[in-house]
Amino acid sequence: MEYLLEAISQSLTLIVSLDPEIVTITLLSLRVAVSATLIAAILGVPIAYLVATREFMGKGALLTLFNTLMALPTVVVGLFCYSFLSRKGPLGFLDLLFTPSGIILGDVILAFPLIVGLTIAAVNAVDPRARTTAVSLGASPRQASVTILAEARFGLMAALFNGFGRVVAEVGSAMMLGGNIRGYTRTITTAIALETSKGEFAFGMALGIILLAVALSVNLTFRRFQARMN
Amino acid sequence: MRIVQQLIVAGVVILATASTLLAADRLKLSSTTSTDNTGLLAYLLPEFEARTGLQVDVIAVGTGKALKLAENGDVDVTLVHAPSSEKKFMDAGFGVNHHTIMANYFVIVGPEKDPAGVEAADSAEAAFRKIAERGSPFVSRGDNSGTHIKEQAIWKAVLGDLPSGKTWYLESGKGMGETLTIADEKMGYTLSDSGTFLKYSDNVDLKMLFVRPSDLLYNPYGIMAVNPEKQPHVNYEGAMKLIDFMTSGQGQKLIGAFADKLGNRLFTPLAGEQ
Repeated sequence: MEYLLEAISQSLTLIVSLDPEIVTITLLSLRVAVSATLIAAILGVPIAYLVATREFMGKGALLTLFNTLMALPTVVVGLFCYSFLSRKGPLGFLDLLFTPSGIILGDVILAFPLIVGLTIAAVNAVDPRARTTAVSLGASPRQASVTILAEARFGLMAALFNGFGRVVAEVGSAMMLGGNIRGYTRTITTAIALETSKGEFAFGMALGIILLAVALSVNLTFRRFQARMN
Repeated sequence: MRIVQQLIVAGVVILATASTLLAADRLKLSSTTSTDNTGLLAYLLPEFEARTGLQVDVIAVGTGKALKLAENGDVDVTLVHAPSSEKKFMDAGFGVNHHTIMANYFVIVGPEKDPAGVEAADSAEAAFRKIAERGSPFVSRGDNSGTHIKEQAIWKAVLGDLPSGKTWYLESGKGMGETLTIADEKMGYTLSDSGTFLKYSDNVDLKMLFVRPSDLLYNPYGIMAVNPEKQPHVNYEGAMKLIDFMTSGQGQKLIGAFADKLGNRLFTPLAGEQ
């Protein structure tokens, strides 16, 4: 129990003192999570829109697949990517293993089904009359899609936040693909795993609190951006 | 809106690739979590990095994984403490230029009260036998690490077989630090290398009960460069620079000077005796 209180005080000290190692790992976690979420969104939102608005054979199966992939264990994604990125694997020449880019790749795979699944749900929730109204006002297919996505923006935001939350908090894939290299691929979550394995529970918890603070800041920044867009 | 989209894509691609470009003069070393947790590498490597301008990436994982990464060519050099596994590695041609750079001893640690009377045992085998007879909790690494292999060898010598399945024998499947934590919680015994234990002694109530250097409890650390003939892309030159540093007078002196808060030396430098 005391280590919880110790953790809270330690996290405050670390934040206020701007401990350089903590700053490095925080910035890396942020960079990796934001990059992965954005890439997954750029790839996923258009795909989600197409799946949501078209009828095709196998649509039900595809939806089931995306929903199932949301439950992918992070370490399994790590193992899967490792088999490709390792020197023994087909993509070994890319030298992505044990680099932040390798972690980003794994995180994109983790965030993608989540963002797609939730965006499909968000688009499906939009009043179908919005589309017909836009088209009758002379909107091209691309303009109509932008209109619908704008209508679905709250659901879209939720999809992105969920994707971000999933990847910023995961450790299995980051550990496997990044290697937890000090000063290079050590993220907040892999640092927590390391400190906990060393028995430094208070420090591990403190890092967890910092991670939540980071997620909160990202959330608040986005809400501001969203408000300005309205 | 279009421009914003394009900027975001460009920015993201730049962010994602920038780090790979910086991977230029890096040396990848796989080692074990116990070696890394003693703090030796964090102490030793900055000196090496300053001298050579190389950036050493330490990937600390279990022994088995460290050797697998080396076998696959995912790292350039490996430092482990599992002589039988190292020999297999070298015999298979995965590594070259093996050097035993330092050593410490395995110790049996346990609760201060020592219900099994390990402290009074006159050999490691006798100590293990007492633990088995009493059925005191014993936490095994259970992960094919050097420590685990050593522990299994002692059980086989004492019991003829491994005590797997016995309720007092707990296989953690974890690193040394975590195993010590479990042993502490269960007030049981475990086999640890002295370096890791001295590093963790503040965090646990366990005490070193059997501390007697012997051939059986000897724990040597070997460094090997990944064979460039099998893995042509590896940084062989960098690996050899590291091995040369570790075996040099300076490097050996630094290893010998590495001590815990109480001044106990964690590793005995050995390369001078090669």
